[in-house]
Amino acid sequence: MRIMGWSCGLAATGLLLAGCAGGPGGSGGKISDGKVVLAVLNDASGIYADTSGRATVEAVRMAVADYRAKYGGKAVAEKIEVEAADHQNKPEIANSKAQELYDRKKADLIVDVPTSSAAFAVATIAKNKKKVFIDVGAASTELEGKQCNKYTFHYGYNSYMLANGTGSEVTKDGLKNWYMVYPDYAFGQDMQKTFGTAIKGAGGTVVKSDPTPFPNDNFSTFLLKAPNLDPKPQVIGTMHAGGDLVNLVKQYNEYKLRDKGVRLAVGLLSLSDIHSLGPDALAGVQHTDMWYWNLDERSRAWADKFQAKTGKRPTSNMGANYSAALQYLEAVQRAGTDKPDEVVAQLEGAKIDDMFARNATIRAADHLLLHDAYLSQVKPASEVKEPWDYEKVLKTVPAAEAFQPQPDPACKL
Amino acid sequence: MLQQAFNGLVGGAFYALLALGLAVIFGMLGVVNLAHGAFYMLGAFGAFIALDSLGLNFWLALVVVPLALGAAGIVLERAFIRRLTPLDPLYNFLFTFGLALILQDLVKRQYGVNSQPYPRPSQLGGTVNLGLFTYPAYQVFVLGASVLVCGGVWVVLTRTRVGMIVRAATEKPELSRALGIDVGRWVTPVFGFGIALAGFAGVLAAPMRAVNPLMGSDLIITVFAVVVIGGLGSVFGSVAAGFAVGLVSALGNYYVPSLSQTLVFILMAAVLLWRPAGLFGREEAL
Repeated sequence: MRIMGWSCGLAATGLLLAGCAGGPGGSGGKISDGKVVLAVLNDASGIYADTSGRATVEAVRMAVADYRAKYGGKAVAEKIEVEAADHQNKPEIANSKAQELYDRKKADLIVDVPTSSAAFAVATIAKNKKKVFIDVGAASTELEGKQCNKYTFHYGYNSYMLANGTGSEVTKDGLKNWYMVYPDYAFGQDMQKTFGTAIKGAGGTVVKSDPTPFPNDNFSTFLLKAPNLDPKPQVIGTMHAGGDLVNLVKQYNEYKLRDKGVRLAVGLLSLSDIHSLGPDALAGVQHTDMWYWNLDERSRAWADKFQAKTGKRPTSNMGANYSAALQYLEAVQRAGTDKPDEVVAQLEGAKIDDMFARNATIRAADHLLLHDAYLSQVKPASEVKEPWDYEKVLKTVPAAEAFQPQPDPACKL
Repeated sequence: MLQQAFNGLVGGAFYALLALGLAVIFGMLGVVNLAHGAFYMLGAFGAFIALDSLGLNFWLALVVVPLALGAAGIVLERAFIRRLTPLDPLYNFLFTFGLALILQDLVKRQYGVNSQPYPRPSQLGGTVNLGLFTYPAYQVFVLGASVLVCGGVWVVLTRTRVGMIVRAATEKPELSRALGIDVGRWVTPVFGFGIALAGFAGVLAAPMRAVNPLMGSDLIITVFAVVVIGGLGSVFGSVAAGFAVGLVSALGNYYVPSLSQTLVFILMAAVLLWRPAGLFGREEAL
């Protein structure tokens, strides 16, 4: 009983002290547990391990270093730690890891979380625990729709951006008839829908769309079917990723479909995929990217630092995670605390300009980052002048056009 | 249509090569080799490493990599499989399953999960006119190589003394022992040979498929279905079923894409209802 009494007393005193210190103008103790913990939760060994994975942790560390360098002694967050965890792309593992990160590791922010189902799981935990979650890796627009909540942000890209960039732009470019092939699981189905809408919106037609088994190593049936459809599609839109995409592209080249007048557009293409296939296999393929390491001097300078640490160039996902972590720390700085409600208030409506996000705003109504996106084309090997410089940016899609113009009414923050 | 059927045969070529290896290993050793997919993957990575670090081209890799993997298979059989065979079959089942995971993870650790680039051999870059349609030369080569190897194995098994012994030991191990054939002597080389076949299929796959650590595990489930359809332990059955399953999945992809993967297993279920031991299987194997 005495111990109970003591601890109650201590807790009460603690609460009082915290209350005083947290007030306006109070100094010290503004940071919970005395430190800010940034946790990267993503896929460390599965199909997304090369697009984001462990190297993303390095990108987040770079954000911490840049924050420290900028504010020095004036930094609100004096002690910052970076944690990493592997969710294996499984929602149930993402769920328990997120709880562990928030509760035991005292994470103030969880960032990345590719695979939409895993992202939904983490968003729910963030909502219940009232802790900040910035998703970078997942594509689903539901994160700023039905599944949105006060503590969750969606940063970098989504399926609308991909479809609106590639689907609309390629159609407007004159390739009106599409044959869509997509892997038969949530991501592929979602992409098939958003691309279909974008293509029709731009005046094009989806001649046919076929689901393919997932995973799949033999796409020859679909590729041979393409030129014989009526009307003949001018472009195959593939919504595959990783190994499936590599299989499909290798076989696309085998059947020489480009020579038969059927072009290829890729829904989601990562720098690491181009590296796997070699640029010639994908030469001329169009896709939409949220960022490119060799976009301009600012992104290149950052990519140089990144390469010095990891030995490779960053994918756009890694760049986006750097930016998300940096902007979180900036929000903490402005709020003067890491209290989630106050940090969220600082993030809502924030105008952002860093090496990743251009002309960017976090829309307060649905917590979606609006920023410039890029319609890019893969260079043929003959034009690749240095390792990893595979993309040519054809067109900047301005922030106002790149993402949904209106927040989804289903989103109630 | 004809072209689609041809397609199916090319896909079936890989199933046939892998199923053939699985069938001889199962027949001779009674081991369900769950690491077979991993060896197929190592074959493709072997080709990649041979080219990338040793400068060996595709044609050399096609010889060197299966030999190296076959040798590894022999060591494996001597060191582990042999000790586990007298025990419950579950031990070898778990051992090969664990081995597959370890091999996959080691490759993943070294090369990451993204696919490694592997160029098509320049001699096979063009297309071949097959009369009714033209077809990529490489695919034709894959089909030819598979038919040749499977046919070669068939000839060895039916026309040579060694083949007779292996076939007898594969299909009626007890009886062969009773007749004084030293089955044990042939176990190790047959295991190595099965692994070499998987490696050969892997090298063939490298130029046309994604070379990544998961390529084997994605494929192996279908290959097991193939072996079951063909009849456990039946060498001819597994090859025939390999091409048949290739055809079925190609036509399935064409007409009912969303069902194509299930179709293979529907076929398996149908065959098993009709013939519980598989198309060419022997009842005792069950």
